[in-house]
Amino acid sequence: MKFKSLAIFLIISSFFLTCILSIGKIMATLQGLSFTNLNITPIFLIGILLSLTFVLIDNKINHLIKIFSLSFIFSILYFYLNEASPYWYIFGVFLITLFFTNKLKKYSMQSLQEDFISEKIIFDFITLFGIVFFAFVILFPFYIMLVTSFKTQIALLVNPLDFSLDFTKSLTELFKSYFVIFETYNFGRYILISSAVSIGTVIVTLLFAIPAAYAVARLNFFGKNFLSTSILIIYMFPAIVLVIPLYTVFSQLGLRNSIFGLLIVYTATTLPVAIYMLQGYFKSIPKEIEDAGIMDGQNWFGIILKIIIPLSLPAIASVALYVFMIAWNEFLFSLMFLDSPKSFTLSRAIQYLSGDAETPRQYLMAGSVIVTLPVLFIFIYFEKYLVSGLTAGSVKE
Amino acid sequence: MSDSLSKLEKRTAYTLVLPAVLLVFAIVLFPIFANVWISFKDIELKDIRIPEPRAKKIVKSISENQSELKIVYKLRNSSLIQEIRNVQFQDKFPTNVSPVNLDSRCNFQSKKVVCNFGNWEAKYRENFEITIQNNNGEIIDKKIIKSQKPILSGKADNPLLTTNFTLENFKKVFYENNFVELLLTTFYFTFFGTVGAIIFGILAAQLVNQNIQGRTYMRGILLFPYVGPVVALAYTWTLLLDPNSGTLNALLVNFNIIEQPINLLGQKYITMSILGFEFKLRLALTTVIFFEIWRYFPLAFLFILARLQAIPRSLYEAAEVDGASPIQKFIHITLPQITAIISILFMIRFIWNFNKFEDIFLLTGGASGTRTLPINVYQQGFAVSDIGMGSAVSIVIVMLLLSFMVIYFILIGKRANEV
Repeated sequence: MKFKSLAIFLIISSFFLTCILSIGKIMATLQGLSFTNLNITPIFLIGILLSLTFVLIDNKINHLIKIFSLSFIFSILYFYLNEASPYWYIFGVFLITLFFTNKLKKYSMQSLQEDFISEKIIFDFITLFGIVFFAFVILFPFYIMLVTSFKTQIALLVNPLDFSLDFTKSLTELFKSYFVIFETYNFGRYILISSAVSIGTVIVTLLFAIPAAYAVARLNFFGKNFLSTSILIIYMFPAIVLVIPLYTVFSQLGLRNSIFGLLIVYTATTLPVAIYMLQGYFKSIPKEIEDAGIMDGQNWFGIILKIIIPLSLPAIASVALYVFMIAWNEFLFSLMFLDSPKSFTLSRAIQYLSGDAETPRQYLMAGSVIVTLPVLFIFIYFEKYLVSGLTAGSVKE
Repeated sequence: MSDSLSKLEKRTAYTLVLPAVLLVFAIVLFPIFANVWISFKDIELKDIRIPEPRAKKIVKSISENQSELKIVYKLRNSSLIQEIRNVQFQDKFPTNVSPVNLDSRCNFQSKKVVCNFGNWEAKYRENFEITIQNNNGEIIDKKIIKSQKPILSGKADNPLLTTNFTLENFKKVFYENNFVELLLTTFYFTFFGTVGAIIFGILAAQLVNQNIQGRTYMRGILLFPYVGPVVALAYTWTLLLDPNSGTLNALLVNFNIIEQPINLLGQKYITMSILGFEFKLRLALTTVIFFEIWRYFPLAFLFILARLQAIPRSLYEAAEVDGASPIQKFIHITLPQITAIISILFMIRFIWNFNKFEDIFLLTGGASGTRTLPINVYQQGFAVSDIGMGSAVSIVIVMLLLSFMVIYFILIGKRANEV
């Protein structure tokens, strides 16, 4: 029993170490180091050795001294096993090993005899592996997007794996793609249009949604239940089936290529979810507060303006941010309705840019960074509001 | 008293709800019905403008004598395919100016020239001339004449509102459009995209729900693909997967994992052999499905995490006391608690994936075997510019969606009865 769990422990832990070291190596390759071999088998074997010495030493020496000395020995072995690698890379390997040995802290010869220890080992390392895996898979494309925008076409053709940033260059050289897309491709204008459309959509949506949500939450009227269920069903209906009729009607009304047309469509498509989210919150406000307002002789307008809105600012904020993000990221309608570069939104402008095969990829990526950054900043800064918005507005993209 | 109060309440409610309802009706519900109408019409993109008579006014001097001017109106029918009936023309002139030798179709009355041009067939063009002179022999100001725009009117059918219908579009959808292939691709994409997103969502939620350091950061990072703009993410992936100088292929070739770069987004099939069995994998479709999973597993993750965090800790502690293994805990405690949310997520994601357009459009444009129904709507309506056909495909989508919803509600209804 003890040997089975020891073997599982050695294999799983060494496998995990090999994985994170390989990811480290890939990232180092992208900094211009010319590795051509992942050396998985030797690393796996010395990984097993490392884990084995770790549990054999047990508590005989201080944990800190133990992990430092083991990581140091491992790094030196790694250095000899590998192709010529610079010292900063070996230092990185040392840090990774340090992190790894520190995670081994709770394992010892005694702990390997507990109940279900093999399952627990597997769960622990799958958790660790999962975190590294998810973080890598998610952040990697964003990382490539960012670093590509700082490279030049020639540098990428010479070595498509070298994403290292050359800080000896002047800032204007480094940010050249950004200057170019602002000067040559008019991105300043597109940022303004995108902001105007998104902010406009937020304002108009709230103007329409707050009264409607209040009525659905508080007042009794014929068709109320029908309305609140149809809100959700309407949401299930996809934008793609609206496109052709809207395109023809907007063409005849001259609303294509106009920000106003886009604004109407965005408002109408975000309204149901906004109403749904707001009415849920309004229902949670105690009715007594409103009754006091009615006693004071307030009409519905006064009640909404002076009681409901101040009390539900957090919900309104999360709806506003959520609607802003939908409008900012929207692509389908801007593709269909805008064909004059004068009225492009950012997303449409990037798509237009990519239509020309001659456009260097770093311009495309610089544009992508510009359209992504505001959303990510808003998201990171207001994460709490947005997450509650996302969960409440479950149905919407 | 209470009766009038409830009346007032009703009236207030309707005023509050009406603007939102009208807007949603106009932009969301109306087009769904309009699709039905358009799908039975033989109509193309170039037909959708209502034909109108147009005139361009050019003022010319005839001689040194500025008291006489020639005006040329370049008249045309804006439509290439439809006639305009009963075209009326009207132009105003200053006092003391009158036309000379006026065309027989026209009249001059109270400073206005009014003409009746009759019917104009499609593509109709004419250079119509009027010579004018000042009655007192004074100079006519060209600018004043130019600034006056002629008014034209005529009757033309709105090609969208005519009542000739045809079943041709639906015939084409089902018989000339590789319909079975289209449907299968859509189902592969939808089903595997949905299931993959939910599986990865469960895994990620299970991870983040443990006591690890920095789990709030982890939650934030996991949501990045979901909140990022689709255009930026799709182009980044295209760049990563590019066969010529894409990072992924370059890395794989560099570490000798593959010999030749693989065109992950441009190759329809790849032959794989596992355990001696050879089979063909839809490569581009699989790649697109992976993008879809990458982008939407965060939503599943968020919901499942919220549910997991609501499970009382005491349940796990009790299981611990009873000596349950981690796998037993997952199967007997966690899983039953999240089945409800998973079935809702499955429904929502299934419907949304079924309608997904942007992701596939930006990654492959519907080429290499990634043509799904929504892509087909775009291709028919705007690439082939047959909007009747595009609408017919839209109707197929709506019909399928409605049947999914019915099936879903029947299943959920049954389950509710069992409980």
